[in-house]
Amino acid sequence: MSSLNIVGRPVPQIDSRDKVLGRARFTDDIRLHHPLEVAILRSPHASARIVAVDTSRAAALPGVRGIVTGADFRHTFGVLVISKDEPAIARERVRYIGEPVAAVAAETADLAAAALALIEIRYEVTDTCLDPRAGLKPVAEPLHPGLGRDNNLHKQVDQHYGDVGAGLAAAPVVVEKRFTFAPVTHAFTEPHATQVAVDGRGNLTVYSATQVPHYLHMAMAEVLEIPEHRIRIIKPHLGGGFGGKSDPFPHEMIAAKLALVTGRNVRVNFSREEVFISNHGRHPTTMTMKLGYDPQQGVTAIDADIVIDGGAYGSFGVVTTYYNGILLQGPYRLDNLHFRTRRVYTNKPMCGAMRGHGGVNARFAAEVLLDMALVQAGVDPCQGRIDMIHRPNTLLSGGFRITSVGLKGGLEEAMRRSGWRDKYGRLPYGKGVGVACGFYISGSAAHIHRNNRPSSTVRLTLEFDGTVTVYSGAADIGQGIDTILAMMAAEVLGIGLDQVKVVVADTQLTPVDLGSYSSRVTFMAGNAARNAAISMRRLLVAAACRLLELPEPAWEKPEPPGDFFRQGRRRPDYSSDYLGPNPDYDSDGFRLANGQVTQVASGRSVPFLEAVRRALDEPGILQTFGTYRSPKLGGTFKGAAAGLSPSYSFTAFIVEVTVDPETGFVKVDRATCAHDCGTVLNPLAVQGQIEGCIHMGLGQALMEEVVHYDGVVQNASFLEYKIPSAFEQPEVVLVPTPSDETEGPFGAKEGGEGPLAPIIPAIANAIYDAVGVRLTEVPMRPDRVLAALRKAGAA
Amino acid sequence: MTTTNAAPAAAPGEQARVLTLRVNGIEQRGIAGPGTTLLEFLREELGLTGSKRGCDLGECGCCSVLVDGRPMLSCLLLAADVAGSEITTIEGIARGETLHPLQQAMVDEGAIQCGFCTPAMVINGVDLFNRTASPSRDEIKACVSATVCRCTGYNRIEQAFVTTAERLSGKGGAR
Repeated sequence: MSSLNIVGRPVPQIDSRDKVLGRARFTDDIRLHHPLEVAILRSPHASARIVAVDTSRAAALPGVRGIVTGADFRHTFGVLVISKDEPAIARERVRYIGEPVAAVAAETADLAAAALALIEIRYEVTDTCLDPRAGLKPVAEPLHPGLGRDNNLHKQVDQHYGDVGAGLAAAPVVVEKRFTFAPVTHAFTEPHATQVAVDGRGNLTVYSATQVPHYLHMAMAEVLEIPEHRIRIIKPHLGGGFGGKSDPFPHEMIAAKLALVTGRNVRVNFSREEVFISNHGRHPTTMTMKLGYDPQQGVTAIDADIVIDGGAYGSFGVVTTYYNGILLQGPYRLDNLHFRTRRVYTNKPMCGAMRGHGGVNARFAAEVLLDMALVQAGVDPCQGRIDMIHRPNTLLSGGFRITSVGLKGGLEEAMRRSGWRDKYGRLPYGKGVGVACGFYISGSAAHIHRNNRPSSTVRLTLEFDGTVTVYSGAADIGQGIDTILAMMAAEVLGIGLDQVKVVVADTQLTPVDLGSYSSRVTFMAGNAARNAAISMRRLLVAAACRLLELPEPAWEKPEPPGDFFRQGRRRPDYSSDYLGPNPDYDSDGFRLANGQVTQVASGRSVPFLEAVRRALDEPGILQTFGTYRSPKLGGTFKGAAAGLSPSYSFTAFIVEVTVDPETGFVKVDRATCAHDCGTVLNPLAVQGQIEGCIHMGLGQALMEEVVHYDGVVQNASFLEYKIPSAFEQPEVVLVPTPSDETEGPFGAKEGGEGPLAPIIPAIANAIYDAVGVRLTEVPMRPDRVLAALRKAGAA
Repeated sequence: MTTTNAAPAAAPGEQARVLTLRVNGIEQRGIAGPGTTLLEFLREELGLTGSKRGCDLGECGCCSVLVDGRPMLSCLLLAADVAGSEITTIEGIARGETLHPLQQAMVDEGAIQCGFCTPAMVINGVDLFNRTASPSRDEIKACVSATVCRCTGYNRIEQAFVTTAERLSGKGGAR
């Protein structure tokens, strides 16, 4: 392939200018014609039966145009097909404090708030279940009796790979600890917001701050019991998601319903407190993990028993339940793995997907235990890890297909850049270095909704002026997928970014993309955009050939690769529309660059614009399609699909900390990161994603915690829920970590989530190096550091 | 136990009146009640939605505007209280299509991800650079810390400030 023009260069997001001028329109910035304001009445009880609902006084208030209650919604919903258990408005019972129990649409926000105060709801308070351990025992009244259980267990996963007993028995070093993890939340800056416009035919246009327009579209049609064609979902600019906007939400259903019943445009906008009390944050977790290590073989076995606190409803929880265990299969060789994860319903806001979904807490436990084992065995923690990293092109015992792995070289470079050998075990008391690694999926290979459709589809149109427009359902949530889509088209077609427009995340105009979650969009929508552009390129080359009176090149479909699979393993099943990983699109002997379409061998060329017109003149309209479909992967056992991805990213962190033994305060001074995201499509974007992961990981490691008391979120504000500021953010050193990825667009893998998990145990391991204590409770607050130091001193 | 949600009805429709504020160099009129915040007035009455409502509690900083040249949290100010002051919002920072050097540096350095905090980062930064052309690293950190950003980890934003200082002092300029 010839050299790249745009891929690999630092490209500011294509909408940065709009954002820096204050012109970018987020959901609540949209101005609909005279919208009604929606206010939501929320349950004051964590667990209660709703005995009676009286909205008559509220309805009589002048200016109130519509009221909805649980009786207005027959269907529950949820992002996962297997746990559609959440009502738009609670009907017979409430399950957490803050659950919607009624909603009002009124001419002004003041009126809507006044109307809420006039709604009378009689509750009969019932027993709460706030502790997941208690919820595993029989309870008088399960949160979800429909599951037919006598307790509050939502989902249990119990999986065995290899022989854990033998692996542990054979290990010279076996370590075990119990870990606890507090709930943390996304804390995106833009509160949830939805606006709904309704036309005279009862069609809805829903503007919503969502990461998943497609899933919202489907869920809303089902909940409102109207066909999908009457709903158009548009995602405007979105102020941060991190997984916290990746479910369909009650307020979206409520707003749409109120628009339907009033025939008026409506608007709902959360207060910051509402964001906190209905957050879908990372599951609070307790886990006991045992790890066997043999210096000759590496990790011989992991056995983990995990309980995650799901809160009131399902959300992504079934996936979280699997991910807590199966994501232990990397980044190191591990043949013997057993885990049991149990997700338990409790009377708290539901937990769902948050950046690094499901892989963060278990990664902490594994990396801390591994560190202990390496120290016991007298093996250098970096070198010991390097020796165990998966080799490229291997199939794991759990069925994961590992393609590229650049972590070994990356961690070696990180060791050099961080001065590891001079620092580890050699810094003065109170200073330390620590290392940890991780890996993460680049998109889920399996669909949430089982069907044979591609994961991502893109339409590309050609305009008479020589520009193209990319139509994609992908949701830019700040990570910059709009820019990536434009880069893909520009690179393949040899044009500038200013010659590419993107039309995105509008279910009326854009083809389906499943959404921004599981680190999938750059990989999947990027591939789809690239493939659409390759098809467009062929049309343009064909037009140039007609102008030059040359025969059209013969474009052949490449053979699916497969030779890197171990003997005897089944090959992935590439579908018929598979263009091949990174088809070498310019092997046809033509080059599109500098406004020319040139036959390389002869040097003959036509202006790009002439080729465009030749291609367009006769049909008058020209579009191409691109899709991305993951190869079929994995085994056939129950749960085999969880965690399967067409490729995986790998990360290593080396961090340096200062621990104050007087106060227990931990400061992270420097973080050296080797992140293997394959080809770095846009260095500015990758750097921003890694630094953002460091920020969020640092917060979970040292300070963040949603504090619940008696079912009440105690710290429902930015003042009380502390996140790191610029003063806490360490100096960041990124080291190149190239890998030879074949499946991703131009060889790219994910970069937005994987770097979060390992920074947290790297900090823990650095604390050990600094002051000799192992922390097993996260966040590693100063009081916990002090308690550990006292305990160690007393021993 | 049985509880109800009964509470006295608030009195909606407080006394509202026409209010004129000087915003981005021109007199602009809208309707404001006694409790209308400057942020509400800017967004709902004047349609200046560049100032963001992230918390309405003065905690996130996303609503920052300049009031007589000083950065203030518009969600904590009553619109009526700043009559007579010169208000500058993000919409009033660039000169036509020419970005303020900090705005340009934010774009160039990849300091912008979701963009929700960006207007406030710029507002606070403009104030900083009005006071000093070469802020110290701690001054930059303090300035940046006035606004919650959840995307960037602040590193790229700080770099944009450093780049701005370099460009203003004639050093650098080229990346």
